[in-house]
Formats: sequence, structure tokens, C-alpha cells
Amino acid sequence: MSSDSNSGCGKEDCGCVSRRTVMKGVGVTLGAAAFARAIAPLTEWAQNISADEFLQKHYKELSLIDLKVVLRRLEKETKEHYGADVTISDTKPQEGVKFGYALNLSVCNGCRKCAEACHLENNHDRPSNQSYIRVFEMQKGSMDMEQGNAHYDKPVPQPDKFYMPVQCQQCEHPPCVDVCPVEATWKEPDGIVVVDYNWCIGCRYCEAACPYHARRFNWTKPVIPKEEINPDQGYLSNRIRPQGTMEKCTFCLHRTRNGRLPACLEACPTGARVFGNLLDPNSEIRWVLEHKRVFILKEDLGLKPQFFYFFDS
Amino acid sequence: MVDAHGKAVGIACVNCHATAKPNPQINRGDQLLKFHQGLHSAHGSLTCLSCHNAADYGSLRLADSRRVEFKDVMQLCGQCHGHQLESYKHGAHGGMNGHWDLTRGPRTRNTCTNCHDPHAPKFPLVQPIFPPRDRISVPLPERPVQKTHEYLPTKP
Repeated sequence: MSSDSNSGCGKEDCGCVSRRTVMKGVGVTLGAAAFARAIAPLTEWAQNISADEFLQKHYKELSLIDLKVVLRRLEKETKEHYGADVTISDTKPQEGVKFGYALNLSVCNGCRKCAEACHLENNHDRPSNQSYIRVFEMQKGSMDMEQGNAHYDKPVPQPDKFYMPVQCQQCEHPPCVDVCPVEATWKEPDGIVVVDYNWCIGCRYCEAACPYHARRFNWTKPVIPKEEINPDQGYLSNRIRPQGTMEKCTFCLHRTRNGRLPACLEACPTGARVFGNLLDPNSEIRWVLEHKRVFILKEDLGLKPQFFYFFDS
Repeated sequence: MVDAHGKAVGIACVNCHATAKPNPQINRGDQLLKFHQGLHSAHGSLTCLSCHNAADYGSLRLADSRRVEFKDVMQLCGQCHGHQLESYKHGAHGGMNGHWDLTRGPRTRNTCTNCHDPHAPKFPLVQPIFPPRDRISVPLPERPVQKTHEYLPTKP
């Protein structure tokens, strides 16, 4: 550089430093400091991730043996982080089953018992009252869920209102899946849209894409008292989600894939919820679709939900 | 028979009704002086003997005087509430627990009176469970662990 006429004072062997070199040096130092500060949360966050977790493959690429190792590791980590003994399983979709859900708006009274059951069943973060179900208080005569109020706290039902619980509609064409840049979310053969919480990068594109506001983000590490943790967990459903990942309703697939009813249905005191196999012509859900005045939310979007609303005629 | 709090107690109706002679002049609970006091009736114009079987208080009575057991109360209610009965028969009315796939496990279903008070069947007002506390709607309360916030500038 000494031969460069722009460096220093221009004299050979002078030894002085140009203003430009000083500024470059300052720039590099500031840049490095800013970069270190910017990635500081990342290094802190990475301390909570084991090398095994960092190197874990995508769910769909895991062999059965890999998956077993992952499940045992996650159980161990839950014990370390939360002190609870849990069983994490991975029940596969059943052949010939496609799940459908219907909700009777004529009888729903807005008590939010379903949201509470979801909160408990799916090991949701306690301080944020998290739940996959949001119940909207709607003006009678209106059908626009964007006008609904999810924060009502007066005794229900109010005379001029009706109540509409909204959760993941398990769309046939899910926009949340389309926008995921890392394919961490997909639709299973039984119709459930799932998330690999260990593959999700937390960009929240899916949250923005969902017209039903059905996706949730874990802003913090979920806080759950040890004794309240539901030990019956599924890899793709209710295991405790890591911080910085997206989550959503899975129709309680750890229950429903074993033939059981979803937790929100069992909790409903009005019997407003109907669940079953859409491919079985004798199922109760099919009877509802064939005999009731059924509608779907935001039908104009063409997403073909597997969640239906109906009224008693 | 109800206890001091108005809750039903497990005493068979015939304990008293085997000897007590029914008084057909009385057709509402609140007219009774010795038993069933405070029994609130808000079920159309029905009287006690519209559903209760005066010949046998251990059972109920259909409109055509046929006897029906308490556990088959759906038959009785369905006489007037046909739409609900039809939905109930197809699993689209009334809460349930257990399995949706009956080949893999049992299911228990509520009867009409598990959810509806037969004397005042309209659902009462209830206080809803906690509302959501999302960041998009209301700020979160103070949390025990919030490491990510340590890097936010503190106010001077």
C-alpha cells in the first residue's frame, strides 16, 4: 500500500496515517461492535439448544430409529427444563380417515370452556392465557368475524349477541403452508395441518397468511407449572413448544388419531361441537353436513376449510 | 327431593310418594309447603303431572300416559322438542366424552337433564373463562423469565 499515492501524506517512508485509513479502521471497529451486539441474543438463545437439536433433520426425513431417538431426547429435555415426566409419541394418520369438525352457532353460549380445555390439553404458556381457540362475540345479523370481539368479559350469552369460536380450519388449500420458506409446516393425509416445531425458524409468515388468525407464536419460553403439564404428548401436537416457533390447532391429533374426541369438544357444556370422519358416510359429521344449514368462514377465499359452522333450523 | 342448597339428593321419589297422597290441585313447585320448596319452574305451561307419573313416582309419563324410565328422558322431552331429538339421535346435540371412533373405544353421552334443568331448561347466564392475552391485543404482564428483553434499552 505504501506505493499507493492516496495513502498517507504521499511521501515515501513517511509513516503517517491518512484520514481515510483512520476512518476505515473506525468503521470496521464500529461495524464489528454493532454486529456482535446484533447477534448477542442469538448466541444467548443458541446456548439453550443442544448440538443434537441443532443437527436434527426435518421430521419427514427422520427414519423410525432417528425419530425414536428424538422423542426420547425431547422427553429428557422436558424433564430438565420443566421437571415433568412426559411421554411424547408420534401417532401416524389412519388410512381412510379425514377429520372434519362442525360447530352449532345456535347453541354455543360463548363460555370459553373450549378455549380453556385447549389451554390445558395442549400445554400452552400460562401467563399469556394462550389457546388455539378464540371465541368472538358477534352482533346478531353480522357474519364478519373481523368485527367480532374476542375480549368480552360480561356474563354470556348477551341477548343481542351470538358467539363464534374460531380455531384452525384445516384448509384443503392452506395458505400458511404455501408461504413457509423452510417447509416446516404441511398438511397430513388425514387433513391436519401440522408444524415441525424443531424445523420452524419463527419468521411468522404463516401467521400473516392465515385469514382465520389461527396461528400463534411463542414469544417466550412457555411457562407452565410442573404439576399442570399434560404428560400425554405428541411430537406434532401438544408437546411443549420451544421459544421462537409457531404453533396451531391440530384437532388434538395425539387424541383423535387414537380414536378419542378432541379436548375442546369434551369440554363444551352446550354440545355445540361435532367431530368425526368426513370419509365415513354414516358419521355424525356427515349427517350434519347433509341435514343442517352449514356455512364456512370466508368462503370467498376458496381455501376449502374442513371446519364447518351450522345453525339449527 | 332437594337438599338445603337446592341440589337433588339421592333419595328415591317413592320414599315419600309411596305414602304421601298426591294433591292434584297443586300444579307448581312453589305452591308446595312441605317439600320441594323453592322449586323454580320455568318450562312453559307444564305442570308436575305433565311429566311425573302420579301412579309411580319412580318413573316418568309420556303424553299418552305410557310409563318411561328416568334414564330414557330423551323420549319424554322429544315429544315437544323434536328437532333437538333428531339432532341428538345423530350426535349433533348434547355433549359427549370418550371416542369418536366407536370401534376403538366407548363414548358416554349426556341425556337432556345432564345439561338442562328439567324444571327451568333454559341455560342460565354464565361468566366466561379468561379472555386471551395476546401481544397483538393487550400487553403481557410481568413475567418471571424474559431473557430476550435484557437487550432492550432501559429507561434513564
